Amino acid sequence: MLVSINWLKDYVNTQQLPPAELGEKITRSGIEVDAVIDRSHGMTNIVVGYVESCVKHPEADKLSICQVNIGEETTQIICGAPNIAAGQKVIVARPGAKLPGDIKIKKAKLRGEESRGMICSLQELGIEGKLVPKAYAEGIYVLPEDAETGSDVITNFDLDDTVLELGLTPNRADAMSMLGVAYEVGAILSEEVQLPEISYNEVSDTAASMLTLNVDAPEANPLYVAKVVRNIKVQESPMWLQQRLMAAGVRPHNNVVDVTNYILMEYGQPLHAFDYDALGTGNITVRYAKEGEMITTLDDAERKLSGHHLVITNGEKPVAIAGVMGGANSEVSDSTTTVVIESAYFASGSVRQTSKDHGLRSDASSRYEKGVDPNRVIPAAERAAQLLSELAGGEVLAGSVVFDELNKEEKIVKVSPDFINSRLGMKIAFEDMLDILKRLKFDTQAVNGQLVISVPTRRQDIQIPEDVVEEIARLYGYDEIPATLPEAETTPGGLTPYQAKRRIVRNLMEGAGLLQATTYSLTSEKSAKQFALEETDTTRLLMPMSEERSILRQSLLPHLLESVTYNTARRMDSVALYETGSVFLKGDNELLNEQEHLAVAMTGLWLDNSWQGEKKPVDFFVLKGIVESLADKLGVQLTFERGQMDDLHPGRTAFIMHNGQRIGVMGQLHPSEQKARDLKTTIVMELNLAALLNLESEALVYTPVPRYPSMSRDVALVLSKIVEAATIETVIRNAGGKLLKDVRVFDLYEGDKMEEGKKSVAFSLTYFDPEKTLTDEEVINAHDKVLAALTEVGAELRS
Amino acid sequence: MEAQLQELKTQALDQIAAASTVKELNDVRVAYLGKKGPITDLLKGMGKLPAEERPKMGALVNVVREEVTTQLEGRMAILEEEAINMKLQSETIDITLPGRPVKTGNSHPLTRVVEEIEDLFISMGYEVAEGPEVEKDYYNFEALNLPKGHPARDMQDSFYITEDILLRTHTSPVQARTMEAKGGEPIKIICPGKVYRRDSDDATHSHQFTQIEGLVIGEDIRMSDLKGTLSVFAKKMFGDDREIRLRPSFFPFTEPSVEMDISCFKCGGSGCNVCKKTGWIEILGAGMVHPNVLEMAGYDSKRLTGFAFGMGPERIAMLKYGVEDIRHFYTNDVRFLSQFQRTEL
Ligand SMILES: [Zn+2]
Repeated sequence: MLVSINWLKDYVNTQQLPPAELGEKITRSGIEVDAVIDRSHGMTNIVVGYVESCVKHPEADKLSICQVNIGEETTQIICGAPNIAAGQKVIVARPGAKLPGDIKIKKAKLRGEESRGMICSLQELGIEGKLVPKAYAEGIYVLPEDAETGSDVITNFDLDDTVLELGLTPNRADAMSMLGVAYEVGAILSEEVQLPEISYNEVSDTAASMLTLNVDAPEANPLYVAKVVRNIKVQESPMWLQQRLMAAGVRPHNNVVDVTNYILMEYGQPLHAFDYDALGTGNITVRYAKEGEMITTLDDAERKLSGHHLVITNGEKPVAIAGVMGGANSEVSDSTTTVVIESAYFASGSVRQTSKDHGLRSDASSRYEKGVDPNRVIPAAERAAQLLSELAGGEVLAGSVVFDELNKEEKIVKVSPDFINSRLGMKIAFEDMLDILKRLKFDTQAVNGQLVISVPTRRQDIQIPEDVVEEIARLYGYDEIPATLPEAETTPGGLTPYQAKRRIVRNLMEGAGLLQATTYSLTSEKSAKQFALEETDTTRLLMPMSEERSILRQSLLPHLLESVTYNTARRMDSVALYETGSVFLKGDNELLNEQEHLAVAMTGLWLDNSWQGEKKPVDFFVLKGIVESLADKLGVQLTFERGQMDDLHPGRTAFIMHNGQRIGVMGQLHPSEQKARDLKTTIVMELNLAALLNLESEALVYTPVPRYPSMSRDVALVLSKIVEAATIETVIRNAGGKLLKDVRVFDLYEGDKMEEGKKSVAFSLTYFDPEKTLTDEEVINAHDKVLAALTEVGAELRS
Repeated sequence: MEAQLQELKTQALDQIAAASTVKELNDVRVAYLGKKGPITDLLKGMGKLPAEERPKMGALVNVVREEVTTQLEGRMAILEEEAINMKLQSETIDITLPGRPVKTGNSHPLTRVVEEIEDLFISMGYEVAEGPEVEKDYYNFEALNLPKGHPARDMQDSFYITEDILLRTHTSPVQARTMEAKGGEPIKIICPGKVYRRDSDDATHSHQFTQIEGLVIGEDIRMSDLKGTLSVFAKKMFGDDREIRLRPSFFPFTEPSVEMDISCFKCGGSGCNVCKKTGWIEILGAGMVHPNVLEMAGYDSKRLTGFAFGMGPERIAMLKYGVEDIRHFYTNDVRFLSQFQRTEL
């Protein structure tokens, strides 16, 4: 909502406050002022000129040489506008004038001819092109004939004005009108509000003699008022009206349309003007549209209607979509002589649905959607009759044609001062509360210590005692509220075990050198199921904004890998990222099965200590080590099983298992996937973090620090390449007995010194007895059993 | 023989002085004091002397031997120290070369902000509550006093999956769910999480972003308690000398509703580019829980009251660190992410 302060002063005394100060007061007490716009833009030296003569420039086709009377003198100005003509009153920026955009006007020579100043368009005075009347959109603005030559344009045409741009919240529909803002300002400044005085003459013929009305949908249209004005002359509106509309962000058209828009801004009540003769039937019928019925609206769009769209018809065909937009077939034109002015109350739900269905939001529909004031519908119609008779020379027919079943009663809200003070934690005096309600023009009675408030119908946001608490508090001042802390007993607070463990996981990942990433949950059809741990259907948005963001992800890895590629494409070759976030799986219940996952993607160097010549690229085992540390930290047993997954290297993929359940996957990207993503060797991992964190950690059990030494024995084995180290480790552990405490792989050799298909794996075995120092004999005994078992499974001892 | 001894001594001392390495000195030791050396020889030759001269001569030899030994050890100590010094000299390293890097990652800046806020409220006795990102229309809107067709629904254009299921547009449904689950009991929670709105991504808008909200319900919870709580938050989060101010606002789920500004942490209130010359920075929205919201969740709004507040970690991170484009939070450029390493305590 754009509020011209000059216009506002018609209704309320703004106490000559500087605009910025007034804006600040409005912001602090309830309605945010987003901007304070000076319409004068600091312009000076701009006067009304009279074009005495106008001839073509001999050297330039598009320029005219004008002799312009600017009061004290007649001066020569070269003008390039196509619509310049002798006899016009125009806006002249004199030499020395300042225009918006830091433009200074100087004397100049144009193709040999002197030019002392500039004849201005409205755009050059800082008015947005879309607000300039169409007739002057491509050229200079022509002032009315009675404009006084030489007088100051800025002051005479209301450009010495400031506009407050209000950012309205949906509850403050009352402030979508100048009168509503006047009530708000009146409440803030303790000033009275002056309503427009409505008076006009009526001819003896009645509106009812020319127009009949049927309302077939009273629930959607409980009040309809039509007035008829005849013998009007459609023409340009006077300057003051045009300027007020432009200040309010509305483009002037002609006096009839401008009057309806002016009252829309003044009262917040949408009006519509029909050309009476174009209606053709002398009837208005409000009804729901027939399924498939068509209408061409004022924006020249042909629209198909449905049964729940409320329309205004002439008894035969639609002439307007109720509360949204008029029809082209009944539009007021230059030749219109008789108009029907509609002022109506349309139910907000009906207008909202219709405007949504047609993608059509207008100044009218946005007000109906939020609810107009039932008590302004009739005054707005009267005001229109008054202005049409004043500005268009119209004769107002007696009375109105009315359908009225609307409840216009004020709502009563009762609230006690104690309630208000206890909600706020304050001690506002009863008299102060009464004063605030008086400033708001809320009719209030004190009954048995209670406030009994009649809430004006313009304030439909005031429904319950809490709403009154807010009115009192905002006008008393939020700065006056003390700062306290809740007095209720204190609770311990804290994280759940799940949340605490999630932080541990993050710490561990970061300690291992990974950066935490965050990616989008919405993805494309193509990426949705890549690397998914479970096979379920995808979930698609009803109305995605793009295909790229249309499906809920089932794996974190596709986006995480996109982030890796983003970095490597920018010459950051070593990237190690992790992410925790939800994936979305179709479940049995109504909502999706949201699973929190942990994913890692890493590429490039893991160890990079270049000047010492130590460089180690990431590989499967770097990431496996991180997963193993994670399992240790969380006190859960995870195992790794050889696995296969699309887009992962078939020989370098493992499933991460817990108790025989697959809870994750890790591996190297398949070379073709790496190529597709423009990546070098990349290792990835994704696991069901929720499942992991919901596992109970194994209890921490202390074992005494060893008092006796342990002994180790190494054993090097030649194995077939297909035998996995874990298999051999199990054989060793099973054979080693209770003295065998630890088994570790310490060497792997697959080089060309080995026989084809063989590899050498060396294990280090640690023997230990917590009770005493081991003897050589005991160790030899246990170790021999291990060796025998190894030989039995075909492992060849390497000398 | 005495003369011979003196000459021997002079020779030995000269050679000790001349020795420049430990090895040379050891050679001198072997040459003069060894089992085959001249002094031993002299001692062996003492048998030929008359008996009365032997003690005198023996003493003399011992004196010479002791002196040679002392000199030799002295010289040895010097040479050994020199040797060590030379070795150390040769072991000198360039200590300006870079250290072996300890690779550490760090949290995402949004996690950093969220955890800071969580910890602050945990210390005031709040619990952390979480909920689904795919929500029922009921919890996202209806239970929050936003029935179907409510004009405020326009404020949050949403991603629907079915007519009744959508991506949550705020973390408030977690409050609604918690209230329902607590069955009328007091509540003190903080709710962080991801939310989604139909916005085109640009420097200041993102279709996915994070929110963190707080909810307190109890007996006699007043608006002054909200103000006090937010004041503590503002000081801990943005500095002890922060002031706060409340401005009236509107949210369907609170009444009264306010927005909270803090005095600008960059200029302190005199006006700068961060606060757009106003001296104040808008940080969060808040209010007293609307009685309809309480009643919908089964609370007696006459007996229990509450307050709620909500803010955007993206906005806070952008203000606090001067991040200029919201898309940075989701692009994961390591040159961006790795800047949020340091603790700020
Ligand atoms: Zn500042």
